[in-house]
Amino acid sequence: MSTTVKRLTVTVAALVLSCGIASAQSISPKESSAAKQGDAKPDDYERWDAVREVYFPGRTIEDGSAFLSLDAPYRAQDAALVPVTVKAALPADAGWSIKTLTLLIDGNPVPLAGKFHLYDETAGAGHRNLSIGTRVRVNEYTLIHAVAETTDGRLFSAERYVKAAGGCSAPAMKNPEQAMARLGKMKLNLPQSVPAGGDVTAQLLVSHPNHSGMQFDQISRTYVPPYFIRSIKVSYAGQPVMDVETDISLSEDPSLHFTFTPKAAGDLKAEVVDSKDQTYTGDWQVTPQPAS
Amino acid sequence: MRIVLATITLLWIGATTPTLAEPLAVDEVAPGIFVHAGVPQYADSNNYGDISNLGFIIGPEAVAVVDSGNSPSIGKGLREAIRQRTDLPIRYVINTHMHPDHIFGNAAFAEDRPVFIAHSNFLSALMARADGYQRRLEEDLGADEARGATLSAPGQTVEPPPGEPLRLDLGGGRVIEVTAWAPAHTNNDLTVLDTATATLFAGDLVFLDRLPTIDGDALGWIKAMDRLAALPAARVVPGHGPASAPWPQALEPQRQYLTVLIDDIRAIQKRGGTIEQAAEQAASSQRSLWRLFDEDNPRNAVTVFAALEWE
Repeated sequence: MSTTVKRLTVTVAALVLSCGIASAQSISPKESSAAKQGDAKPDDYERWDAVREVYFPGRTIEDGSAFLSLDAPYRAQDAALVPVTVKAALPADAGWSIKTLTLLIDGNPVPLAGKFHLYDETAGAGHRNLSIGTRVRVNEYTLIHAVAETTDGRLFSAERYVKAAGGCSAPAMKNPEQAMARLGKMKLNLPQSVPAGGDVTAQLLVSHPNHSGMQFDQISRTYVPPYFIRSIKVSYAGQPVMDVETDISLSEDPSLHFTFTPKAAGDLKAEVVDSKDQTYTGDWQVTPQPAS
Repeated sequence: MRIVLATITLLWIGATTPTLAEPLAVDEVAPGIFVHAGVPQYADSNNYGDISNLGFIIGPEAVAVVDSGNSPSIGKGLREAIRQRTDLPIRYVINTHMHPDHIFGNAAFAEDRPVFIAHSNFLSALMARADGYQRRLEEDLGADEARGATLSAPGQTVEPPPGEPLRLDLGGGRVIEVTAWAPAHTNNDLTVLDTATATLFAGDLVFLDRLPTIDGDALGWIKAMDRLAALPAARVVPGHGPASAPWPQALEPQRQYLTVLIDDIRAIQKRGGTIEQAAEQAASSQRSLWRLFDEDNPRNAVTVFAALEWE
C-alpha cells in the first residue's frame, strides 16, 4: 500500500481583509432625477464625467444612439466574463466612417478595456456596418461606454448600465494547470458562409490568463501580478483590419468578435503581445465563396 | 507527526445575528454512518448556511467528519450531534472541496485537534477565493458567524491519480479510503469510501435535487462519473440532496443534466450562436427536474461555453 500524503507547512497568516475592493457599489442618497440608463445614478454620471476627461480631455462627445449601439447583459452571470458588443450602422451617404472605437468600463480600476483602431480595405469608404464584441471583467455596478471617433474628428458615444461586481478580483481560472498549458494558443471561428466581398464577423480567441493584478492570493499574501494582453493586431491578405490596445479589463482567454471584408482568398493573421512582451501569432487561410 | 495548522483570523465589524446551538438532526444511513441533509437553498440568516450534506463515521476507536458546513454554528451543531452519540476522539475532518458550505464549520472542531484532510489543490483554490468567500459569509450570515469562521490549512493532503488514495484507520480494522480526483466539480474534489458498509461520501461530485454547479471542468466531471460508478459502493451520500441514495443509480440525473448542457452548448456553438444565447437556452429542457435551476443554470452555461471554445 502506498499513500500519497504531502504535509503542508504553511505559516500562520493573520489577515485583515482589505476593504478597498469590498464595496460593491457606491450610490449616493441623492435623487436620481436624470437617470438615463436603467439603474444608473447621478454618481455614475459624475464618474463618467471624470472618466471621459481622462481619455478625451476637453472634447465634446455627442450622443451616438442614431447609429451606435452597445449591448451587454443588464445583470451579468459571471462578473469576470461579461459579453459586450458594439455595433455601428452608418448612413450610406455619411461621408465619414469610424476610425477608432474605445470601450470603457467606468467603474473599473483601469476603465479602458480596449481601444480598437479600425482600418478600411475599401479605400476610405469606411465600415458601413461594423460589429465588435469582447468579454470584460466588471468590478462593480457601473455604466459602460463605447466612444466612436469618426474620420472627420468627432466623438459619439453609446452607454449601458451593467450590474456585476467582483470581476476584477475573481479568480477566474477554474482549472489553472490546463489554462497555463495552452498559454498563447489562438482560435479563429468563422461563420459557415464567407461570401467574397461581404461583411464577415469572425471570432478570435487567445488563451491567456489576463491576470488583472487584483486577484489576491492569501498563501503568498500578495496580489497575483498583473499579466495581460496589451495589443492584438489583425490583418487580412496583408492589409490591416484592426489594431487593439487592451488592458486588465478583458476577461481571461480574451475573445474578440470583429467584422472584415474578404474580397478574395488570403491569410488572416493575428499578432498578440502581452505585458511580458511575449508575442504570439496566428495565421489562418480564408477562402471566401464567390458571390453568386 | 506534527500537524501544522494555519489559522486565518478574520476581523469584522458590523451587526450581529443570533446563533444556533443545538445538535443537527442526523440519519444513520448505514451502521456507524450518520448524515445531516441540508436544505436546497442559498445560505442566509434563516437557514444558518445549513445548505449541504454533512456526515461523520463512528469507528471502534475514532470519529471521522466529512464536511463541516457553511458556518461555525452549523459546525457546532454537527459536533453536538457527534457528542450525543460518542465520546471517541474526532481524529479526522475531511473537506471534500473548498466551497464555503463544506468548510466554514471547521472552526467548531479546532478543540479536538483533528487532522484536517483535503485535496492537494485545496489550499491554493481556497486561498485564491477566500477573500470573496469571507465577505459573502458576512453578507449572508452576519458578522458573528464571519468572526468565528477560522480557516485551517489541511494537515494532510491527497494527490489525484497517479497518486494513491489515502487510507485512514478508525480502529478495529475499520478503514476509510479518501480519493482525490482530477478537475470535475472543482479542481480539488475528494470522495470518502467506507468499505465496511460500502458507503460512498461523494461530496459535490454527486448532486441530487439541487442543480449541480460547475466550478471546475464539466467534461472532466463526465469522465469522473464513469470511474465513480465503478466504485464498490451500495449507497452514496451526495453533497446536496437526500442523506443517501442507491449507487450508482444516483449518478443518472446529474449525468443527464451535464450531458444535455454540453450537447446544447456544442449545438449553439456549431450554428455560430453566442454565449448570451447559451445562457438563455442551454439545458432548458431540464428545468423542471432541478431546484435552483434558474439561479445556477445560466452561469453553468457561461462557464461551459467558454471552456468548450477550447475543445
